[in-house]
Amino acid sequence: MVTFLEFEKPVAELEARIKELKASAPEGGVDIGPEVEKLEAKAAKLLRDTYAKLSPWQKTMVARHPMRPHFKDIVGRLIEGFTPLAGDRKFGEDAAIQGGLGRFRGRSVMVIGHEKGSDTASRIKHNFGMGKPEGYRKAARLMELASRFNVPIVSFVDTSGAFPGVTAEERGQAEAVARSTQACLSVSVPFVSAIVGEGGSGGALALATANRIIMFEHSVYAVISPEGCASILWRTADKAADAAEAMKQTAQDLKRLGVIDTIVEEPLGGAHRAPEAAIDRLGDALAHELTLLDGLPPQQLRADRRAKFLAMGRSAAA
Amino acid sequence: MSWLTRLRPKLSFLQKRDTPDNLWHKCKSCGQMVFRKEFVENLSVCPRCDHHERIGPNERFGQVFDAGAYTRLPTPPAPEDPLKFRDQKRYTDRIKAARASTGEPEAFALAQGSVGGVPAVVGVQNFAFMGGSMGVAVGEAFVAGAQAALAARSPYIVFTAAGGARMQEGILSLMQMPRSTVAIAELNEAALPYIVVLTDPTTGGVTASYAMLGDIQIAEPNALIGFAGQRVIESTIREKLPEGFQRAEYLLDHGMLDMVVHRRDLQETLARLVGNLMRTGAPAAA
Repeated sequence: MVTFLEFEKPVAELEARIKELKASAPEGGVDIGPEVEKLEAKAAKLLRDTYAKLSPWQKTMVARHPMRPHFKDIVGRLIEGFTPLAGDRKFGEDAAIQGGLGRFRGRSVMVIGHEKGSDTASRIKHNFGMGKPEGYRKAARLMELASRFNVPIVSFVDTSGAFPGVTAEERGQAEAVARSTQACLSVSVPFVSAIVGEGGSGGALALATANRIIMFEHSVYAVISPEGCASILWRTADKAADAAEAMKQTAQDLKRLGVIDTIVEEPLGGAHRAPEAAIDRLGDALAHELTLLDGLPPQQLRADRRAKFLAMGRSAAA
Repeated sequence: MSWLTRLRPKLSFLQKRDTPDNLWHKCKSCGQMVFRKEFVENLSVCPRCDHHERIGPNERFGQVFDAGAYTRLPTPPAPEDPLKFRDQKRYTDRIKAARASTGEPEAFALAQGSVGGVPAVVGVQNFAFMGGSMGVAVGEAFVAGAQAALAARSPYIVFTAAGGARMQEGILSLMQMPRSTVAIAELNEAALPYIVVLTDPTTGGVTASYAMLGDIQIAEPNALIGFAGQRVIESTIREKLPEGFQRAEYLLDHGMLDMVVHRRDLQETLARLVGNLMRTGAPAAA
């Protein structure tokens, strides 16, 4: 059962009609084949046209789609023998940020990422993918561990942001995010990051400061949510669509700005319509990026990553 | 609103208490009126309630460097309005207005001089310039300061003050977080002290990057320091925030700072710290 977004209403209506038609067709009765085919073609075209010109705000909706493949789905399909590792060794464990060792197409990798959860219980368990300081400290710990054993790092980014809460502040949310970013910049192994859903500000960046950054076609990555930006600059969250546009937060804009390296095409109608196909494409792109980093000496991997981020924004223009 | 309160602002004789800016200073915290000259001599700290007023780069440099002597370092130019951003106003107009009102090119200023006899580079983030917000130019200036410190083999002292990232530069402002972090890594590896003095207010992406990565973390009394904004937190937890939440003393209690230092003791504290970390005055090795 696909959950339809507001702007997908016309597609939803068509698809509902097709379903109805199929269900009502009597066995061996009137041949409805041609009619259904016609409608299906129409629905597919409508979907293609809709997705070909998604606005930045509509992309935000797609990136947040409840059925969008999350960390668990991606790791389940791409990583063999995933062994989760828990805890920051300082305070606690944070289920919003997952990490562990496994094999990706034959090679050992350290996998780190945000998990949003897929139903009410798991969303609460994973705090909707909003990491706490212990989550970011765990991430930093795992990056350092990977670097020590010369294991490449792969991260999957999908968060609305680091958790804004009293205890998170008390335990140094800002410092934890800063240290996680610092860990990204100090490891000397290949590091590829994939923005697979929402890339929300510092909470995303803390896992995404990698050698190569890839991004799903309809993912977004921004300094603040469109709603947050709108409520500050326009003084009303109703202007979120305008803010989404102005912030240049789509994969296409970010590639133009040189912030990300590669866009991974999603199946027609978004990754949530065909999660397995989407994840496989993501896997192919990841494998390709890792190959690009193969054989580079450790010092160079780190130096290149630093040089990449030291130059960010220096000569940018939209 | 009664007819009286509506009328009041229009009656010019009632406004006489708002005397010219240049003569009197009214404390934003306790309302005390102080002669401006006296206030500035008191390092822009209220003599009655100790409220530390936000100050700009020139005043800060004058307070921090020995005998108030320093040389301003130029901050490198950065691409202006890279996203062609427009909200209710054009971003370029906002920059122009900020330049006109502060007389500074951007929200981060640099100077070189000595602190307690130790040559040092000092960076000051200017809250008066678009809330001190961090865009590419701020990142560029921060990095330039770190590189000047590297070149001179001197400590880098940074006074932070910012609402966070500059939204008008979108993702490029976010990218200044890792960018500044690279500059700090270079200082760390060269064994040069990077000292942060958090001033009111320091929040958002600035806190989540260079403001929290100091070798020594100092804050001014009662400075607001945090990651998330208080309204955002309140709406998340749906309850009142604890007393003193996100204030300097609160962070000190939670192990996030080395010390909270009154402005009158700041220069001396910094001098002692850089002297110790740079091991000045040590006996020559035998």
